[in-house]
Amino acid sequence: MFTLRDVSKVYAGRPALGPLALDVPAGQTTVLIGPSGCGKSTLLRLLIGLVQPDAGEVAFAGTPVTPATAQAVRLRVGYVIQDGGLFPHLTARGNVTLMARHLGHDRAATAARVTELAALTRFPADGLDRYPHQLSGGQRQRVGLMRALLLDPDALLLDEPLGALDPLVRADLQTELRDIFRRLGKTVVLVTHDLGEAIYFADRVVLLKDGQVVQEGTPADLWHRPADGFVTRFVQVQRGPEVPA
Amino acid sequence: MRRLAFLLLLPLVGCARPAERPVQIGAKKFTESIVLAEMGTQLARDAGVKAERADLGGTPALWLALTQGDIDAYPEYTGTITKEILKADVSDLDSALAAHGIRISRSLGFRNNYALGMRKDVAAAGGITKTSDLRTHPDLRCGFIPEFLDRPDGWPGVKRHYGLSQYSVQAMNHTLAYRALVEKAIDVTEVYTTDGEIAQYDLLVLPDDKNFFPAYEAVWLYRADLENRYPAVVANLRRMEGAISEERMQRMNSAVQADKRAEGQVAAEFVRGELKVEAVSSDGTLVGRVLVTTWEHLLLVVPSLALAILAAVPLGVLAARRPFAGRVVLGLCGLLQTIPSLALLLFMIPVMMWLVGQGTGAPPAVAALFLYSLLPVVRNTHAGLTGIPGSLRESAAAIGLPPFAALWRVELPLAAPTILAGARTAAVINVGTATLGGFIGAGGYGRPILRGIDKFDVPLMLEGAIPAAVLALGIEGLFGLIERAVARPA
Repeated sequence: MFTLRDVSKVYAGRPALGPLALDVPAGQTTVLIGPSGCGKSTLLRLLIGLVQPDAGEVAFAGTPVTPATAQAVRLRVGYVIQDGGLFPHLTARGNVTLMARHLGHDRAATAARVTELAALTRFPADGLDRYPHQLSGGQRQRVGLMRALLLDPDALLLDEPLGALDPLVRADLQTELRDIFRRLGKTVVLVTHDLGEAIYFADRVVLLKDGQVVQEGTPADLWHRPADGFVTRFVQVQRGPEVPA
Repeated sequence: MRRLAFLLLLPLVGCARPAERPVQIGAKKFTESIVLAEMGTQLARDAGVKAERADLGGTPALWLALTQGDIDAYPEYTGTITKEILKADVSDLDSALAAHGIRISRSLGFRNNYALGMRKDVAAAGGITKTSDLRTHPDLRCGFIPEFLDRPDGWPGVKRHYGLSQYSVQAMNHTLAYRALVEKAIDVTEVYTTDGEIAQYDLLVLPDDKNFFPAYEAVWLYRADLENRYPAVVANLRRMEGAISEERMQRMNSAVQADKRAEGQVAAEFVRGELKVEAVSSDGTLVGRVLVTTWEHLLLVVPSLALAILAAVPLGVLAARRPFAGRVVLGLCGLLQTIPSLALLLFMIPVMMWLVGQGTGAPPAVAALFLYSLLPVVRNTHAGLTGIPGSLRESAAAIGLPPFAALWRVELPLAAPTILAGARTAAVINVGTATLGGFIGAGGYGRPILRGIDKFDVPLMLEGAIPAAVLALGIEGLFGLIERAVARPA
């Protein structure tokens, strides 16, 4: 679905990412993981043109992602950030339907879609007319997810979607999110620094360090067939669930 | 862009001048001119037409207004006509003025000559009895109105004609010059020979022993077409020919200056007593006057503020989007703010003369207020937009909103409270600064305030100052309500 070829990005004279090549397969959940500053969030932003590569090419479904095409790509890719990234001046419904209103979509169809998504994300109907600061962290994240899914995108990108939640809410939402991903069958790219979370969601894990891909494979590959000492250490210091071989 | 904004003012300003407007009698901004114009206004009403008195600035403004048809008539002095308006020694004033479409009446009966005045004791101490005696006293401190300092028939001419060499010469307001003279802060000032203060302060008027000052016979100047449109008005104005003695004019000036009586009443007494005309003063009631000045003030504040907000929000957006342009825009607006407001106002006179052909009244005041109101709104728009967290701007882009839609649907609504706070600051500054419009005949609360300063009349000053303060508070309150309405529910 996403293809990166020889992509590199430099920030303030320091290489932040790459050069790297990566294929994100369609219909699977790919998790980007690594320590802080490894470039995983930059990589996610590159996928929808929020950041332009200094060299190399990013393509979505065969089309290069450039400033000219980024707008169209973003309409086909949902994007969720930590704490939802909701606009504080709009209600939950206002946030979810903002893009549909901008595109002039049919109101009744949009309203029906919101009801459908509220059911999917188990968001309470009476919360739709509340403002973000009147919602709990978990609810804000559900609204962020609804907003990303409204236009029924081909792919869903999530940047630390559960990072701002307390552990219990986080555990509940993890389960629900995985169910949703499985039900939708969409291409999902999720960024996290938590190995447990990565293993829980991932069909494929991409471990990054200093802007480079260290290892790419199934969670079991990481656990049992670490590519180098860094992978071993990364796996060991994180308390993840025991993974059967 | 800016020129466009100025041109947008035109319809707003123009609506103050409907097709069937009352006869306008102009007045300069000093007591005698106002009293005479008030008599003319009352006489025009007696002729059965609607008439208004328009207090404008100095001679150039009045002459321009008369030739352009903004006013129909105003009282003038023959010396001023030859020296300052026609700038030529013409033998036949009638035909010289007719070339401009203007007619002149015969003398109203008195002269108001320029002369130099001193305290009697100061003059006696120096042995000064006439103007030529000043030659031997170069250390005398002089205070003149700016116009007298500039006019060829004013200080430069006197100085050359009499060979004077006073080195301490400063510009000051006429009334303040009298007070400075009385307090011995200055020694010499220019006087008009009909000034009420001469008798009030018992001053010595130095005789013009070398015949420098031209004769300043008081006359009416009126548009030739007024004779066709309202012959009865012209006939009534001309009833003042030869009717006022110099001593009578001095008494009427003193009644206004020293006794703080209203110009309209003083004029009405004369018109009733001498011309046997049942006159109606245009003074009106206090409430009526405050309503009129309030309306005039709003006509300055509302268009200038509205245009400033319309221009400043896009400038603020530009400043937030393009850091370099932002520094330039914010720097320029800040620079504008450092110009003293009165200087900016006066600077706008030639600018608006060039742009819209009207250098007095509302246009230059609205233009100056417009420029003055820009900074708070530009700065707050810039601050409001740059203060939006990067994650929200990124969210707007990530969900696919194009840049303009992100601005319109997300960033401006988020910055709205900050922008409104800027508009509120601009509005309060605007209401206060608009009082300076009184200096250039723009009307509003500045008119009674400045007139009150001229007459040293505290109640008249308060007639402008108190409503100005109330209006400022009212606008504060209004913006407070708007801010609460747009604020996000808690």
